Amino acid sequence: MPQSTLPTQNKQLKQVRLAKLGGIFLEYKAASVLADVYAVTRGLNTMAIAQPPLPYDFNALEPYGMKAETFEYHYGKHHKAYVDNLNKLIADTEMADHSLEDIIKASFKDQAKAGIFNNSAQVWNHSFFWNCLKPAGGGTPSGDLAAKIDSAFGSFDKFKEEFSNAATTQFGSGWAWLIDDAGALKVTKTPNAENPVAHGQKALLTLDVWEHAYYIDFRNARPAFIKNFLDQLVNWEFVEQNLAAA
Amino acid sequence: MTLSRRHFLCLVGAAGSAFGLELLQSRNVLAESLLPNPMLEPVASTWLAQAKVEGPFSLPPLPYAYDALEPHIDTMTMQIHHDRHHAAYVNNLNAAIAKYPQLASKTAEDLVKDLASLPEDIRTAVRNNAGGHINHSMFWQIMGPKAGGEPKGEIAAAINTSFGSFAEFKQKFNQAGAKQFGSGWAWLVKDASGKLLVTGTANQDSPLMNGQIPIMGNDVWEHAYYLKYQNKRADYLAAWWNVVNWQEINRRFTKA
Repeated sequence: MPQSTLPTQNKQLKQVRLAKLGGIFLEYKAASVLADVYAVTRGLNTMAIAQPPLPYDFNALEPYGMKAETFEYHYGKHHKAYVDNLNKLIADTEMADHSLEDIIKASFKDQAKAGIFNNSAQVWNHSFFWNCLKPAGGGTPSGDLAAKIDSAFGSFDKFKEEFSNAATTQFGSGWAWLIDDAGALKVTKTPNAENPVAHGQKALLTLDVWEHAYYIDFRNARPAFIKNFLDQLVNWEFVEQNLAAA
Repeated sequence: MTLSRRHFLCLVGAAGSAFGLELLQSRNVLAESLLPNPMLEPVASTWLAQAKVEGPFSLPPLPYAYDALEPHIDTMTMQIHHDRHHAAYVNNLNAAIAKYPQLASKTAEDLVKDLASLPEDIRTAVRNNAGGHINHSMFWQIMGPKAGGEPKGEIAAAINTSFGSFAEFKQKFNQAGAKQFGSGWAWLVKDASGKLLVTGTANQDSPLMNGQIPIMGNDVWEHAYYLKYQNKRADYLAAWWNVVNWQEINRRFTKA
């Protein structure tokens, strides 16, 4: 290519670049104005569904049978993936500004929204589950909760038996629950992502019995995981708060 | 600690070979959790001990060594998957039919093909455990060492005809495995009209329950891959093709 043609070409290239930049700037400006308008029309509720922080350190339950590694994967990968998937699925849909509970209820049993249901319910289940655990937990409940457990199940031991049975027999992946069903305490189990929110019940306590919840610490021994949960992890204060709020 | 070590040595003895050393040196999470830790003593004993229920069904031996599918499927996963999970399905199946001696002469396949005819109190137990027994018995056979690669024989042609190419089939099969939410299986089945289909089933449901013949299946329960792949099911699905035994799959296809 002869040298003499370069300045003209450079000038043309520069103009093209400037025109492109201008276009990009205008697009950016338009998008940003649209986003502002969108945000204002939605009020303050412009946040995506957030993953709440784990209420203790990853290694806080190590002395009580659950390794930091479990939480690195379970909180850091599984729970996070449900949050990320959900936000992708509801972005730019009418559900984008709905509460997590509303999304769960609206997508339950809707084949077309199975992905939204699975991810939203799993976001809720895990956020709730982390609070059901605490270092040096377990023991026995007190006050109103203890009385209600006694009256619903006969005794605390009977409750533990029923809860363990539900958690052991949930075949495949799922959850075991203590719920308040219109004033009556009950033990239930649900497959995969299904939860009391979807069923219009109030959750008081849960245990995740997906294999990823216990495989690092307990391998195939789900009954040992359940026993360990009841013996030294249950955060009964959290359960009492849930009951009081019911 | 002594107890834990004794259990550990007992396990190594059962597994035989150089398994113990590999276990100690392995970086996998399970090996670490087997190192002396007072917390894990009761766990180890629960994990290792399982009372055997006598009955017509028995655990088929793994047709190769526990470490034969390394590095794609790790030794410890094979050990627990075969010796504990599959053994539990066999045990529970024997327990479920114990009070119905008329069922003792049936095959597990016969049982799941006609669940509706079973006494109601054992129907779910048979569905889950006969299903688990059939699925795992197939699973061990359709994997193997020095396997993988392209399908051979009649199954290769049938896959091309049904899915366009082996690559397209693989993609479809992996997709079935990836989207099976929770526990379950991805399948290549032959339906009643003789057509090949890729499907998924939940939990331990067998395609036989839907009138389909399972040609090959991949286990996507987390216990099948968690120790090595953790949350990365897609990586497991991709690696699994390296251990697929096409000779056995072709045999299953030609007799289906």
